[in-house]
Amino acid sequence: MPNNYVPALLFALIALLIPLGTLLLFRLVRPSRPFAAKSLPYECGIDPVGGSRHRFSVRYFLIAILFVLFDVETLFLLPWAIQFKHLGMFGLGEMVVFLGMLILGYFWLVQNGALELE
Amino acid sequence: MSMAGGWWLVRNAECCRRPGVLAAGLTAALPAPAANLLAAVTSPQAAATSPPGNTGHFLLATVYILLIFAGISVGVIVMNWVERKVLAHMQVRLGPMRVGPHGLLQPIADALKLLLKEDLVPQGADHLVFWLAPVVVVVAAFSAFTAIPFGPTAAVSDLNIGVLFVLAVASLGVLGIIFAGWSSNSHYPLLGALRAGAQMVSYEITIGLAVVAVLLHTGTLSMQGIVRAQIDHQQWLLFREPVAFGLFAVAMVAETNRSPFDLPEAESELVAGYHAEYSGFRWSLFMLGEYAGMMLVSAVAVTLWLGGWTRPFPNVHAAGLDALFSFVPAACFLLLAGMALRAAWKMPGHRRWRVQRDGLAVFGSLLLGLGLLLAVPPMRTACQNVFWFVLKVAVFQYLFIWYRATFPRYRYDQLLRIGWRILIPTALANLVLSATLTALRP
Repeated sequence: MPNNYVPALLFALIALLIPLGTLLLFRLVRPSRPFAAKSLPYECGIDPVGGSRHRFSVRYFLIAILFVLFDVETLFLLPWAIQFKHLGMFGLGEMVVFLGMLILGYFWLVQNGALELE
Repeated sequence: MSMAGGWWLVRNAECCRRPGVLAAGLTAALPAPAANLLAAVTSPQAAATSPPGNTGHFLLATVYILLIFAGISVGVIVMNWVERKVLAHMQVRLGPMRVGPHGLLQPIADALKLLLKEDLVPQGADHLVFWLAPVVVVVAAFSAFTAIPFGPTAAVSDLNIGVLFVLAVASLGVLGIIFAGWSSNSHYPLLGALRAGAQMVSYEITIGLAVVAVLLHTGTLSMQGIVRAQIDHQQWLLFREPVAFGLFAVAMVAETNRSPFDLPEAESELVAGYHAEYSGFRWSLFMLGEYAGMMLVSAVAVTLWLGGWTRPFPNVHAAGLDALFSFVPAACFLLLAGMALRAAWKMPGHRRWRVQRDGLAVFGSLLLGLGLLLAVPPMRTACQNVFWFVLKVAVFQYLFIWYRATFPRYRYDQLLRIGWRILIPTALANLVLSATLTALRP
C-alpha cells in the first residue's frame, strides 16, 4: 500500500477511538435503569404492533439497481475525463457514443415507467 | 514540513536539558513551538512543499489529524449555536439566551447533558449493529477529511485519487444509516433508513456526474491538483462549470439529508427517522456525523469550484492587494470582537446581568486577542490559506441554515422525481455539452 494512504487509516482509527472512548468513559457516570416498558420500541405511546423486519416497497430495490447501473457508468467516465485533454476529438467522439447509449437507456427507463416513483 | 516539525522537537529537548536557561528560554521557546507548529500547518515558506502524508511524516500527520478532528468538533459546536440563533432571528425569536451571554454556552451545556443521558437499547434490537451504526457514520464523515486540502501543505495527505477517495468514504455513511434503521427493531427508523438510503444513492449519481465535468478541466483527481489547476487557469472552475456547480449544490443538500430534503427525519411523519431509537451520546454521534458531513460536502464544493484555499481574486496581483487581503482574517476577528464588546457595553447595568455582561466581555476580549494575534506578520501570512478555505466553507454552512429557514420540505415522490427526472438528465447533458465546448476550445 502506498505510504500516503496510511494517514487515511490513521484518521479512521482516531475517528473510531475518540467517540468510542467517550462512550465508554461516560458509562461510568450515566445512569442505566432499563425496564420492560422503557425499552419497548417507540410507536407513539402504544405497544408496538407486529415485528419491524417486515417487507417494504419494491421501488427501493429498483432505485438501488438503477443506482448501481448509473454509478458504474460514472466510474467509467472518470479515467476518460482525466485523459480528456490528451485524447482530443477521438476521446470526445468515443464518449459521445458512450453517453448517447446511456442517455438512450435512460429514456427507455422513463418510457417503461421505471422512474414512476409514487 | 519535516524540518519544521523536527526543529520543534529539538528545540523542546534543548530546553529540557539545560534547566539553567529554562527561565529565560521559557518566554522565548514557549511561543516558538506554537507559532512554529502553526506555521508548519499553514505556511508554504516555513515547511516542505507537500503534506506530511506524502513525505512519510506520520507523527506530524497524526498531529494534523487531531487538529482537524478538534477543528471540526469546534466547528460543529459553533454551527450548532449559529444555526439556532440564525433560525430564531429569521423567525423573529431570540433563540437561546439563558446559558451564557446570548446563549453562547448552550451547545456545550447540551453536549454535557447528552453525555450524561441514559443510553437505551430498544428491546429486540441487534446489539452489535445498533452499536456500530453511529460509529460508522462518524468514521465515514471524518476520515474523508484526509484528502481535503486546507492549504498548500495543510492537508493530512494529498492522495492521487483524492476526489474519488472523498466520495467513496463519504458514501459509506449511508451504511451507518441503514444499519441504524434496520437494527432498531422499530417501524419508524426502518422507514426512515429506507428513505435515506434511496435518497442518498439517487443524488450520489448527480454528484458523480458533476465531479466528472470538473475533471475535464483539471486532468487530475488529486484535490491539491484541482486547486493548482484553478490557479493555472487563473479562474475558479465555477466560471467554467456553472451548471455542474448548481447541480452539486442541490445534490449536496440532499446527500446530507438537510432541509428541504430532510425526508429521512421528517418529524411530522417519521418521529426522528433512522435515529428515532437512539438516545444520549449515540444520538449526538449521529448529529456530529451529519454536521461533519455538511462541512465535508461544502469543502469538496469549495475545492472543486471555488478555488479551494486561494484567496479571492487569486489572478490579480496588483501592488498592495496581497497585503490588503492578508489583513482580512484579523479584520474579521476584530469585527466580531467589536460586536461582542458593543453588546456587552449595551447590556443593562443591573446587578442581575453582571455575569452575562462580564462573560460576553471576556468572550469579546478573546476574539480581540485572536484578531490581534492574526495581525502580527508571521501569523498573518501563515493563516491566510486556512482562513480563506474555512471562510468559504462557512458561507456554505450559512446557506444550509438559510435553506432550512426558507424552503418547505419536499414530498417523497417529488424528491425522487427531482433527483431522477431533473438532476440526472441535466447532469448528463451538461457533461456532453461541456466536453464538446472544452474540446473545441483552442
